Amino acid sequence: MQLLSISPILFPLLGLLINAFFGKRMSERLIGAIASIMVLASFAVSAYLFIRAGALPEAQRLLSVDLGIPWIQAGKLSVPFGFLIDPLSTTMMLIVTGVGGLIHIYSVGYMRGDARFQRFFVYLNLFIASMLVLVMADSFLLMFVGWELVGLCSYLLIGFWFSNLKNAEAGRKAFVVNRIGDVGFILGILLIFATFGTLTFSGVFGKVTAMSAVNSPVIVAITLLLFVGAVGKSAQIPLFVWLPDAMAGPTPVSALIHAATMVTAGIYMMTRAHVLYTAAPATQDVVAIVGALTALVGGSIALTQYDIKKVLAYSTVSQLGFMVAAAGLGAYVASIFHLAMHAFFKALLFLAAGSVIHGMEHLGHANGAHAVDPQDMRNMGGLRTKMPVTFVVYVIGALALAGVPPFSGFFSKDEIVVAALQHNPLVFGLLAVAAVFTALYVGRQLVMVFFGKARTGNAEHAAESSPVMTIPLIVLAVFAALAGFLNLPGVGTLGTWLAPAVGGYEPEALQIGVAGLFTLLALAALLGAWIVYRDAFAKAADADPLERFGGLYVFLKRAWFIDALYQSVVVKLFYAASSFLARVFDVGGIDGLVNGTAVLVRNTSGALRRIQNGLVRSYGLMMLFGVVVIVAYFLWSAAVH
Amino acid sequence: MTFDLFVFIGLALIGILAAIGLLTSRSAIYAALFLILNFSTVAVLYLMLNAPFLAVIQVSVYAGAIMVLFLFVIMLLGAERLAGPEAKTGLLWQRPLAVGLGALLLLQAGYVLITRFGQTAVSTTVVKSGPLDIGLMLFGPYLLPFEVTSVLLLVAIVGAVVLTRNK
Amino acid sequence: MNTVSPFVLLSALLFTLGVIGVLTRRNAILIFMSIELMLNSANLAFVAFAHQWGQLDGQMFVFFVMAVAAAEVAVGLALIVTIFRSKKSTNVDDLSQLKG
Repeated sequence: MQLLSISPILFPLLGLLINAFFGKRMSERLIGAIASIMVLASFAVSAYLFIRAGALPEAQRLLSVDLGIPWIQAGKLSVPFGFLIDPLSTTMMLIVTGVGGLIHIYSVGYMRGDARFQRFFVYLNLFIASMLVLVMADSFLLMFVGWELVGLCSYLLIGFWFSNLKNAEAGRKAFVVNRIGDVGFILGILLIFATFGTLTFSGVFGKVTAMSAVNSPVIVAITLLLFVGAVGKSAQIPLFVWLPDAMAGPTPVSALIHAATMVTAGIYMMTRAHVLYTAAPATQDVVAIVGALTALVGGSIALTQYDIKKVLAYSTVSQLGFMVAAAGLGAYVASIFHLAMHAFFKALLFLAAGSVIHGMEHLGHANGAHAVDPQDMRNMGGLRTKMPVTFVVYVIGALALAGVPPFSGFFSKDEIVVAALQHNPLVFGLLAVAAVFTALYVGRQLVMVFFGKARTGNAEHAAESSPVMTIPLIVLAVFAALAGFLNLPGVGTLGTWLAPAVGGYEPEALQIGVAGLFTLLALAALLGAWIVYRDAFAKAADADPLERFGGLYVFLKRAWFIDALYQSVVVKLFYAASSFLARVFDVGGIDGLVNGTAVLVRNTSGALRRIQNGLVRSYGLMMLFGVVVIVAYFLWSAAVH
Repeated sequence: MTFDLFVFIGLALIGILAAIGLLTSRSAIYAALFLILNFSTVAVLYLMLNAPFLAVIQVSVYAGAIMVLFLFVIMLLGAERLAGPEAKTGLLWQRPLAVGLGALLLLQAGYVLITRFGQTAVSTTVVKSGPLDIGLMLFGPYLLPFEVTSVLLLVAIVGAVVLTRNK
Repeated sequence: MNTVSPFVLLSALLFTLGVIGVLTRRNAILIFMSIELMLNSANLAFVAFAHQWGQLDGQMFVFFVMAVAAAEVAVGLALIVTIFRSKKSTNVDDLSQLKG
């Protein structure tokens, strides 16, 4: 039973060990098959756990699996090695292994022929295992282990093509920015231990419930620190700058790690710690506002990007903002619901974008040259007829993202905005604008990529990808289209299922006014995008219609100058300090000390070296001198006494 | 001035002059002969100090066997002529420093002798120190050191043979 | 002569001369002979003190010193011969390097 419960983690670990040790002698097909099968096996076990938990009465669904191995025992600190199988974690396990499995299969096609094919699948399996540790952990500390492991995988995979300096720098940036968040997270964990003396979820939450205090300073501090961790991991303002750069990694990585799973870890963590957040309404307000602002900022930047993956990246930032806002509003079910839906449609969009990029590279591969950037949407156009399967699934993903009924994104977004309307009008307003932006950039992207005429030779000669890539796309498209029915307004299947893990849930009835308003906004924005961009790009070099806004356009294009701000303030200061230390302190102080010691030793030994002349007679003379001195000392001391 | 003292002063002068001759002679052969002279005077002093056996040994082993070995090596190597004054090695202060420090050492030794033993009278009991008495001591209380000495000599013989063997 | 002080003083003087000889002569054989001189002066002191205390133990020591000196001369001269073979010199100043 215990083994079964943790086997979802063990399968990918087994896969990565096999591939790491024997992959050198195996064919690409076999490596990919092993990695994918392990994740699918993990998915099967997760599904079994899910179904078995569903068969239990509601109160027994919170199943704690303590392996009975004391992990850390130090003074008052006692952390068991335990996992938590409950509705929330099984749901996350299904998302991670399900979407992860499809992306594994897709990657077999996408990475074909890559020099480091084996390493890619080792990393990917490691990521799945790490993410499962994160979601299955039953203590903050074990969750932190998973948290750091996925951060490591993210770093390794962003910089996967590290021979290009830009990719390596993107990986480093993601790593450094994430560390800032992690500092907050670990401080939060330490404060939890200092306050409650335990780190297991059940122990901490039990004590918080017993305190029954509202906005007690220590809990506000804890929740804010944990939120800093979430801000780093889930790319919220002001730490979102790493996520767009993370697109330097292979596209399946962008889909799996930087859209569907890892970046949602912050939302999952806040949902898991909902007892703490509910006890700190002050923090919740901060969380909701930060989330809503992120949704708005991310969406506005996505309007101006040309790189097909950058648009999706800023879109991810924006959608994560929706989820964080929902968590801040206390609508945890809506948050997890949107998380799941987003995992489907954003993974779909990324994989479809990967398929587009692959198609765009066809000509390049044939000629052996990359004359045009295959990721720049200005170089595309008219791919609708060249890549029909990709086009259809892309449209489904786009409509789901834009929030058009009956696609999945509509339902989850609707639930969030309904919650916002009830709790916080400001958040509602911000989210509404963000939703309009969403539909706008989605429409812009669709038009630029698939409609009009091919603007370059690469687009002209694009070809549909192989079935190993398109079949996962189709499966994801089905989910992206239909998964919204999992939590219909007024019914709330998913919410009822999650209720024991997130502190209760009451399904909201469909509010026709809100739903209608957002549907209209989305359709209007899509239409607007169609009108503006239909004829905007006749050839690749044309200017974006938004450029007539001048300064505002540049402001958005440069991502609100946040990167520039960091560059000019944080990085410059850091470099100045480092440069002082390197040029002045190190050269003058440290080197001076070291060299001074060396010079002292050299000069002293240079002087003493003359004594060691190798001549027996002079050694004898010194010996005699010593004898005379010693005898003199004895005589002197005898005379004194 | 007793006869003893007269003899002693004479012998001491000869011994000291022989030692100085050893230090200054330009020829290795002469130096060895000066040393033999010194040893002989010391042997006579041994007689004065009631050590007839040692006096004989001194002449036969030291002045005889050992110094013959020295002369033998000097002649074998053809190293009779010695190098001139300090040349290239640059140990300019070696000689004056050696003499100075030696004088200091002598002063210290003399100070100790005069302050500690200055006028201590000679024991009135006269011990017999003929070959018989020496032999009784050697094969009595000093048996173990005596046997160890034989091992030492054996080792020295083996060492000398090994060192000088032509490879 | 009811005191051995003159003998011991002579011994000290001879010892000093031996020391000076070791330090000033450059020929290995002469250095060796100076060492013999020092040993001999020590022997003289031993015998003198043995006479003063009326015991034979001092003379025993002289006996052993002579045995050791004989062994030392045998080995030392062998060394000098060996060095002379390779260096063609008995000057100790020529032996200022650790390599042969």
